[in-house]
This record gives sequence, structure tokens and C-alpha cells, in this order.
Amino acid sequence: MALSVPALMKTTAARLSALYLLLFALCAVLLVFYMTSLSARMLTGQTQETINDEVLGLARAYQRGGLPLLVRVVEQRSRQPGANLYLIADTNGQILTGNVQSLEPGVIETEGWTTQPFSYRRFGEGELERQRNPASAPNDTQSGQNEVQAEGEKGHNAIALVLRLPNQMIMLVGRDLGEPERFRAIIRRALMLALGMMGLGGLLIWFFVGRAALKRIDSVSEASRRIMGGDLSGRLPVTGAGDEFDRLSENLNSMLARIATLNEGLKQVSDNIAHDLKTPLTRLRNRAEATLSGKHNTTDYRQALEGTIAESDQLIKTFNAILMISRLEAGYSSETTSRVDLAAAVRDVVELYEPVAEEAGVTIETTVQGAFAVNGNRELIGQALSNIVDNAIKYSTDATSKPTVRVTLDRADKEIRLSVSDNGQGIPDDVDRARVTERFVRLEKSRSQPGSGLGLSLAKAIMTFHNGRLDLLPGSPGLSVVMSFPAREDH
Amino acid sequence: MHMPATHSSIEIAYNGSMKILVIEDDREAADYLQKAFTEAGHTAHVAGDGETGFALADAGDYDVMVVDRMMPRRDGLSVIAALRSRGNTTPVLILSALGEVDDRVTGLRAGGDDYLTKPYAFSELLARVEVLNRRASAREAETVYRVGDLELDRLSHSVRRAGREITLQPREFRLLEYLMRHAGQVVTRTMLLENVWDYHFDPQTNVIDVHVSRLRGKIGKGFDKPILHTIRGAGYMLKSG
Repeated sequence: MALSVPALMKTTAARLSALYLLLFALCAVLLVFYMTSLSARMLTGQTQETINDEVLGLARAYQRGGLPLLVRVVEQRSRQPGANLYLIADTNGQILTGNVQSLEPGVIETEGWTTQPFSYRRFGEGELERQRNPASAPNDTQSGQNEVQAEGEKGHNAIALVLRLPNQMIMLVGRDLGEPERFRAIIRRALMLALGMMGLGGLLIWFFVGRAALKRIDSVSEASRRIMGGDLSGRLPVTGAGDEFDRLSENLNSMLARIATLNEGLKQVSDNIAHDLKTPLTRLRNRAEATLSGKHNTTDYRQALEGTIAESDQLIKTFNAILMISRLEAGYSSETTSRVDLAAAVRDVVELYEPVAEEAGVTIETTVQGAFAVNGNRELIGQALSNIVDNAIKYSTDATSKPTVRVTLDRADKEIRLSVSDNGQGIPDDVDRARVTERFVRLEKSRSQPGSGLGLSLAKAIMTFHNGRLDLLPGSPGLSVVMSFPAREDH
Repeated sequence: MHMPATHSSIEIAYNGSMKILVIEDDREAADYLQKAFTEAGHTAHVAGDGETGFALADAGDYDVMVVDRMMPRRDGLSVIAALRSRGNTTPVLILSALGEVDDRVTGLRAGGDDYLTKPYAFSELLARVEVLNRRASAREAETVYRVGDLELDRLSHSVRRAGREITLQPREFRLLEYLMRHAGQVVTRTMLLENVWDYHFDPQTNVIDVHVSRLRGKIGKGFDKPILHTIRGAGYMLKSG
């Protein structure tokens, strides 16, 4: 069993795993994105609050001591370590004091909260006094970087509140965003790790689940190949786990059993056909051959030909019956069915057979308890009933008492029953009784009687076509053949 | 009898002879039919396919047509339907390998008058074709059938022979009615089963023979001359003298 990765990729399990993995990853990304943006917003809010507090403090200083005090406080606070940024610039944007060495151009031009985090560079501790260079932002990038490196400080991002003092000077109070950014980085790292773990887990599940499913399916495929190879007795493996694979195998196994039965039936039928058609065909051929070989007069030839025709007619009858049974089993169009009055059907058939019965010394007694109707085909029902009545008359002749055939039409529960009973010897054996409705089955004692052995099979096929049943029950004495039709709803 | 002038000579030459059109694609079967019909005293024309058959039927004046159902170029049912739509009422007997209940129904619905399943006995086909002959159907309208001294009144449902009343069961009456309508013609057992009992299957036992012999007993009792004859290998015929 080859279980290479490309083969694994072709399995449904692998495809499903990949799909799930993709969906979960997408969900995780969305979730983390949402969480980071939420926490970032929260942290920004906190930063802004801190800035506000700072501005309030500075505003109080300004109220108490005017600009000098404000500048002093700013210088003092600038020296303290921390994330806070202070800057006071003149009306031209020249930085006068604070702990910011340079910042992105344009940041201090608009009053209010900076809309986006901006980058800046701050002075190192104690360098504030010395460095009074104007922050000419555009060309500062190169030199600033060198200075920053010298100071051991790096460029940072910050947000700030820009205010215009009453004397048109600009004050900026801000806060470094180092902390929130670190937080975001942590979350990002966690996310990558989680995704990596998920991917690895998915791959493992994919590999093991896929491999297990593949193994089961491969064993089923192998068993199927064996069965296709001609071993119809073979069955698919059932592990006993009761899972969907077991259920599938069980269903396929019952299908195989059904096919085997049908196959067996077909084989039996073809054997029977071979016997029951070949025998008369051989007789036919032998008769013709014998007639040709000897010296005969016209009367002999005539007799031989008449016999040939009679034999062919019997063959045609048998063949027609086989065809009809096949057609019935394959099903007719519903066009051929209509409302059939069973009482009339009984009357017609009994009347058709009454003279024959009388000649054979058999009495037909009819009991019809009501006008029952079924959905069906009058012709077919008539044919089934006449086959059964024909049989009953033939087999009641060996009755010990007065030979009688009873035809009864009545209703039992949801069924309309049409039974034909004779008082002959019957069929005592249960097995034999069930067998006589099979095609071509003729019990030993009836082999001498004329007939194709298809009469009851045809009747059974007709009953099946009518969604009914044909039952053979032991009589006392004799045999009772019961045709059971499903009752129509409107009765 | 409404025979065109051109046919009257044939009519005189062969009393009761018919002009039959056989539309059948199986050459051997068609030739056999032509020969057999000719031997029986009829004239038969053969068309090897539906198209030719339609042209012949449309042009000629036939008494009966025998049409095979399955043919190349044009199948039998469509030929019949086309002829019927052109107002052609010539009786048609359909020959078919398909003999199941629904096949028969579709065949008759297409405009066929009778349906015979292959393989068939020629005697059966001949009897059916002779009964189909439109000149015979004139009897349909008569209310009293008379064959020799036998008389059947279809209205009063009474049967008399030589003035003597004969009591018959309803089915026996219908049996006699059918035989008398086709008096002088061979009537087969299957025809009786189909027309009197309305069954198209083949009973295992020859039930019809017993019915006919019973009827024969009733109408022949006390009379020397047989009126209901058995035609060996074919069926029955009601004929006086």
C-alpha cells in the first residue's frame, strides 16, 4: 500500500483538512487583527488621557506664572526620564525648548491631536541646554540619525497634542508609543506562533486521519476488485466499529447478496429454459429426421407435419409465457391499469371453465361476498385466475370425495382475497408448495400432465404486478390458491 | 356490395375473393403470405416497406390490409395512422412480434381493426382477414340473422330453429350471434375467445371447444343436418347444408 504524500494529497480527508486549516487560519487572523486594533485603540486612549493630564498641569503653571513659569516647568519636566515629550516652538516653528530634537515636518503646524503617529528624535539627558539647533526637518534626517546614534537613542513614534499659546508660540505635549508598539509586536508574535502550531496540527491530523481513511478505502477497493474478478461469494470487510465505513460495507454486502441471489435465479431459469425448450426442440427435430429417413406415404408425412405444428405451437406458448413473465417483472406502464370489477372477473372465468369442469365431473362453487374492485388489468387478472382455476380443475379430479372447486371472493382487513380451493390430493410438503410458483417447477406427479409449468409462475408475476400476493395454502384436503389484492382506498 | 366496375369481373370469377395488400418487410414471410392468400382464392399485393405500402394503399382499392408493425423507413402504425387521416377506412390487421396487453392497445388505437401476434398460424390469419373484409361487416346492422332454418333475433334475444324456440344462456347467445354474423366463414377459437369473452390470452385447456360443443348440442338437438361445423386445424363454421 503506497502512502506517499502525493497520494495522500489526493484523498478526500487531506483535501478537507487543508480546507479546514485554511478556514481556521483565516478566522484566527481576523480575530487577532480585531483584538490588536481594539487594544491599540484602548492604549491610544490611555496615552491621550495622560497627555491631557499633562496639559492640564502645564496650563495651571501658565496661569500662575505666565510664559516664564511654563518654560521653566517644561524644561524641568523634559529632564525627567519617561515617555513624555515636551516642545515649545516660536511662531516660525523653531524649537525653543523641550526634549524633542527633531520631528516630522508639519506636525506642529496644525493645532489639536496629531491624526497619525509621527516619528521624532529626542535629546539625550542633559544635552538639552547645549543643543539649540533649529530643527530644520527636511535635511535633518541624515545628521539627526548620526546624533541619535551618538546619543544611544533611536527614532520613535509618538502622538501629541499641539497647542497655540496666547502669544502665538506653539507648545507640543506628546507621549512616546513605544509601549503600545511593543504590545502589538508581542501579539503579532503570538499570532504567528499560534498559526504555526495550527498548521502543524492540521498537517498531523491530515496525515493520520487521511491515512486511516485511505487504508479502509483501499481494503474495500481491494475486496471489490476481488469480487469483480468473479468471486461473487466475497464480501467487503466490516471492522465492527459501526462507523460509516462499516455501514457502507454492510449495505454493499447486502447488495452483493441480492445480486448473487438474482444471478443464481437467472442461472436456474436459463437451465430450466434450456431443459424445457430444448426437450421439445429435440423431439421436433427427431420427428422431422425420422420422417425423412424412412419410406413413408402421404398420410405419414401429413401426420408428422401436423405433429410438428402442434409441437411448435406448444413451444410458442411456453416462449410467450416466459416473455410475459419477464415483461411483468420489468413492469408495465400504468396506462394498462384501470378499475377492475373482481366479481365480474370471477363470473367470467368461472363461466368460461364451467363446461370443462362439468365434462371432467368437477363442480365449481362460487361465493362472491360483495362487488369488490381493484386497480389493475382485467386481462391479466383473468389470465391469472383462469390458470389457477384450470389447475384446480385438473387436480381435483383425484379427490376422494365429490370433486369440487370453490372460488371465493371476500375481503379481509385491507386485502381483497380471491381464493380457489380444490379438494384433490393437494401438495402436502411445505417446501414443494412454495416451489411450484417458481418458473418451470413441476412436481413429479404432474410431469405427465400437459402444461408448461409456467401457469402458476405467471399468476404469481401478475399478482406481484398488482402489488398483491399469491399464496398457496394447504386445504383440508386439497390446495388453496389465494390471490390477495390491496383494497382500493375508496372502498 | 359496393365494388367498383373494374373489380366486378374478379368478383364474378372468384366468389368471395378479396384484394389484399400485405405490407411486410420480411421478404420470405411476404412471399409465403402472397402464395397462401392466392391459394385461398384471393389476390394479394406485397409492399416491402412502409413507404411503398402507404403509396399502394393510398392508390389502390383494397378489401383488407395486413400490416407488419415493425418495418424500416416507415413503421406500420404510422402508415395506418396516415391512411386513416386521409379518410381511408380499409380494414387493417396488424401483425406484430409485440403481443403484450399495452402493445395491442396502442396498435388498435392507431387505427388497426385486428391484431395478431407473430408467430401465427396462417389459418388464423386467413380466418381473421376474411372476417375483417368490409363486405362481411354489412351484417352488423341486421337485427335478425338467418342461417338455413336457424334464426336469431338480436333485439328480442330469441333463437329459433325451424320455428322451434331454443333457450340459450347469455354467453351462448353471444357465441351463436358471432358465429351467425360470420356464417360461411371460418371462425377460430382465439377469435371466439376475443370476441365473445373479450380475453386475449391463451387458456391452457381448450375451453372454447367445450362451449361450442354444448351450443352445437342445443341448436342441433333433434335435427339431422349439422349446421355448426368443425374445420379441422382452423376452427368452426356455421353453414346451412
